[in-house]
Amino acid sequence: MIRVILPSHLRMHADIEGEVKLTVKGVVTQRSVLDALEAQHPVLRGTIRDHATQRRRPFVRFFACQSDLSLELPDKPLPDAVASGAQPFLIVGAIAGG
Amino acid sequence: MSHVRVLVGTRKGAFVLNADGARKSWTVDGPYFPGWEVYHLKGSPVYPDRLYASQSSNWFGQQIQCSKDGGRSWAAVGNKFTYEGEGGTHQWYDGTPHPWEFKRVWHLEPSLTDADTVYAGVEDAALFRSTDGGHTWSELSGLRCHGSGPRWQPGAGGMCLHTILLDPSDQSRIFIAVSAAGAFRTDDGGETWKPINRGLRSEYIPDPTAEVGHCVHRIAMHPSRPSVLFMQKHWDVMRSDDGGENWREVSGNLPTDFGFVIDVHAHEPETIYVVPIKSDAEHYPLDGKLQVYRSKSGGTEWEALTQGLPQSNCYVNVLRDAMAVDGLDECGVYFGTTGGQVYASSDSGDSWTAIVRDLPAVLSVEVQTLT
Repeated sequence: MIRVILPSHLRMHADIEGEVKLTVKGVVTQRSVLDALEAQHPVLRGTIRDHATQRRRPFVRFFACQSDLSLELPDKPLPDAVASGAQPFLIVGAIAGG
Repeated sequence: MSHVRVLVGTRKGAFVLNADGARKSWTVDGPYFPGWEVYHLKGSPVYPDRLYASQSSNWFGQQIQCSKDGGRSWAAVGNKFTYEGEGGTHQWYDGTPHPWEFKRVWHLEPSLTDADTVYAGVEDAALFRSTDGGHTWSELSGLRCHGSGPRWQPGAGGMCLHTILLDPSDQSRIFIAVSAAGAFRTDDGGETWKPINRGLRSEYIPDPTAEVGHCVHRIAMHPSRPSVLFMQKHWDVMRSDDGGENWREVSGNLPTDFGFVIDVHAHEPETIYVVPIKSDAEHYPLDGKLQVYRSKSGGTEWEALTQGLPQSNCYVNVLRDAMAVDGLDECGVYFGTTGGQVYASSDSGDSWTAIVRDLPAVLSVEVQTLT
């Protein structure tokens, strides 16, 4: 079971409370996690990845296991702790504003 | 008894205000979509409880929301806006070619005849249409690709298509406006378009009378006379009596002719309203006095309307989509400010009162007159 934590804007938008729990078939990667997330919550399509390019939106970051994974390739396996559910995969809105 | 519903889009959510026909006491519901920018929301003339809202964020992109119960509940519909074809380029601020990139929906215009059809004006400037209640969107690419697109350039707020006027007498005719390209018209339902900027003069572009490149801020039309158009340009208030073929300046005695909004009285097609703003460098009223100006002669001769509006230390702006009128016998006029007030007049502008204040910065105001 993969655990995903979304920023508050997206939790409200998708009417989600707390963590999202996902089942991911095959290798656990950014792409497979986001595919599973969007399949479970279709209103999130286009909010994390661009519709056309499927690239991460510029002001969105991916954190896990105290590391910034935002610049990793989308098909690179995520850490074992994320794949096992021991650690969550965090989707974060970049800090901005005053 | 009639009542009035005011739809307010702000930097941090949407609000819905309701009052009976007396327009004395208002309820305020919201924020809807808290924390998101709501550039615009508008109701269908066919089924007024069908509302569409543009919800966006620099972080999380564009959403389109639809309500079927007058704003009490909402559902996200389609948010996929894909330009047709190769995309091409427009001018960037420095004059270099820049690819078209979708950023947000500035304006939603529901069809006059079909509640499932709605138009979207977007940044980077293009016009989209949905015929299934907002679930899927297709570009009317004849506008962006008619030939002048590579010469369009963004205004300070981005290269936005912000005005969509549907001709009630001719379903094939649509007027749109883009900052900073100008005004355009189709006479075949959106297949082909032409610039309609003859008579505009803009000193901030190399050729002040160029076919395109003008920073049109807003166009307004009275439904009974769809060939008469009123324009608030970056500077200058303009008028056309021939569907945009020719424009002439009607700024007249305005203290400054810079501004964003312009609108027309519901029952008097020659009565128009603007809110003069000091300058393109200073986006607030002259001398800290918030004044609506009204012309009862279709321009040129203007009178200041100040009763109930702050006349000292007021430094708000009134953005291009933030003025609307209701259709009650005594026309109501409404506008919102970047300071979070929504002012209303129930006597055609003679006097004003804040029907809500301290909202986030107001981006848009629309009004529905309901029976």
